[in-house]
Amino acid sequence: MSKGRYGDFGGQYIPETLMNEIHKLEEAYEHYKNDPDFVAELDRLNREYAGRPSLLYYAEKMTKDLGGAKIYFKREDLNHTGSHKINNVLGQCLLAKKMGKTRIIAETGAGQHGVAAATAAALMGLECEIFMGKEDTVRQALNVYRMELLGAKVNPVTTGTMTLKDAVNEAMRDWTRRVDDTLYVLGSVMGPHPFPMIVRDFQSVISREAREQILEKEGKLPTAVMACVGGGSNAMGMFYNFINDKDVRLIGCEAAGRGVDTGETAATIATGTLGIFHGMKSLFCQNEYGQIAPVYSISAGLDYPGIGPEHAYLHSIGRAEYVPVTDDEAVNAFEYIARTEGIICAIESAHAVAHLMKIAPTMKKDDIIICCLSGRGDKDVAAIARYRGIDLHE
Amino acid sequence: MNRIQNAFNNKKAFIGFLTAGDPTYEASLENMRAMIKAGADLIEIGIPFSDPIAEGPVIQGADVRALKAGMTTDKAFELAKTLRSETDIPLVFMTYLNPVFKYGYDRFFAKCAEIGVDGLICPDMPFEEKSEADAAAKAHGISVISMIAPTSEERIKSIAESAEGFLYIVSSLGVTGVRSEFSTDLGSIMENVKKYAKVPAAIGFGISNPEQAKKMAAISDGVIVGSAIVRIIEKYGENSADEIYKFVRSMTDAVNS
Repeated sequence: MSKGRYGDFGGQYIPETLMNEIHKLEEAYEHYKNDPDFVAELDRLNREYAGRPSLLYYAEKMTKDLGGAKIYFKREDLNHTGSHKINNVLGQCLLAKKMGKTRIIAETGAGQHGVAAATAAALMGLECEIFMGKEDTVRQALNVYRMELLGAKVNPVTTGTMTLKDAVNEAMRDWTRRVDDTLYVLGSVMGPHPFPMIVRDFQSVISREAREQILEKEGKLPTAVMACVGGGSNAMGMFYNFINDKDVRLIGCEAAGRGVDTGETAATIATGTLGIFHGMKSLFCQNEYGQIAPVYSISAGLDYPGIGPEHAYLHSIGRAEYVPVTDDEAVNAFEYIARTEGIICAIESAHAVAHLMKIAPTMKKDDIIICCLSGRGDKDVAAIARYRGIDLHE
Repeated sequence: MNRIQNAFNNKKAFIGFLTAGDPTYEASLENMRAMIKAGADLIEIGIPFSDPIAEGPVIQGADVRALKAGMTTDKAFELAKTLRSETDIPLVFMTYLNPVFKYGYDRFFAKCAEIGVDGLICPDMPFEEKSEADAAAKAHGISVISMIAPTSEERIKSIAESAEGFLYIVSSLGVTGVRSEFSTDLGSIMENVKKYAKVPAAIGFGISNPEQAKKMAAISDGVIVGSAIVRIIEKYGENSADEIYKFVRSMTDAVNS
């Protein structure tokens, strides 16, 4: 069995043309992650460019209003570019430079990863092309323009469902064409090994900080940490340094779309089955013949038919829990946190907030929940208005 | 001697690819018959997949058409069974790993053996992951065809040494699709492959006209053509058989000229 396994999940199921390249990537990563200069450079970028450490914010009003567990938010929305995606792209683009690459490509759903990748590419002088489902370029037109402002070329993908999965397909196809000068900067803890590991490691800064911050503020570990899950990068980042703290519940919130029984859903753990796709063995929404299912969520960033292999593993061993959250619940949470805490968070993050609103009141006052706010919600305002039947002209 | 070996006996092989069910079940069966009549030595039957990451737009289009027309793995078996009742030439399935995994490796290869399908090509099952399907394939005597790419370099030895059926040499970087020229040094790759391989090696990806086919056949044991045939279906739809016959005829003549 190949490398990069989490139990039976993971692996390297990609065309032969890419195999040598991902071996080289793994080799480079294993070398540079222990290289003091690389580590120092990334640390400097994280602090002075991305604005880390991100705040761990005590949401006093929500805590009082919900009347149960003490609620903290890990404010990844306050990072430069407005989401946790910057953590990963700074690391991967730095790695691309060290590998002598001159060009990066990336897929994007909501545009958060695309904007982050375009930002890091601009900073480091790398050529950048983004693949984005045509459907998503419409849903997230503002982010398309942001990427272009940053000097990236945005390729609308018109195949399949024209969303995130198709953007990944197209990015992989592009990579096989230009494997020599290009690094595919994958945005989530998915794809073939070593991507799930690399992205997790770069994102694990979230829980490394959060663990220290909560111990400093509360003198104890949280009862639960939670995050939204599409591919699962902010959740993996939020979970990782708590995995060995057996008493800390890890809760991932999937996009149920219109509901897990409606067929218009992107909740992979709830509705998916074991499969092999996009380079990994994991859980996927698919039919009986293994055709990947069209999925749906209001959130372009969670609109993906699979989940990272380490999440599938944490689920299989019962270490992490995964719950579905509908569009409606997420939109309500989006509005609630805005009104209550003055935070407009991403619609992706609002999926985690929605579940937080369900469980916090059922918990004791000395329980603590840390919820990851993976991104800010400016990009979603127009879509939420539309959802509420308000015609908003940007 | 197995059927795949027959395709390469004392000649250069012409291997033609079509997606089962494109644009309809019946038409694709007719088109495959036309290829056989035109002298194709091996038929690659594509089982369509929703997300074929190694394919260019032409074969992606075929997959979309076939799935829309209701093609399934079971119907692809049915099609292969019909074809097998009419011909002895080797038949090989080409699809992505997920449809095979989902069908069940043992069930899939047992069915191949029962019907008389000789091999399987999965572009997303590289050497490192061959153990996925290896045991089940071997148990039923089905060859899992390995691919070698321009980037394979030192991987060529281990891939070639363990190859079964034939080796699929990927002509150039990128996905499937018609190319006007080839920049890869295929001559030296073939030389390297021949040092280690015990099975024939055919070149595919991008070959679209008799002149290219002749050149590629000269340095290898055969050529694999897909997109150029599927393009005919793009143009002629359900009435492609005659055009496919003419095209394949020109290609089979070229490879052995």
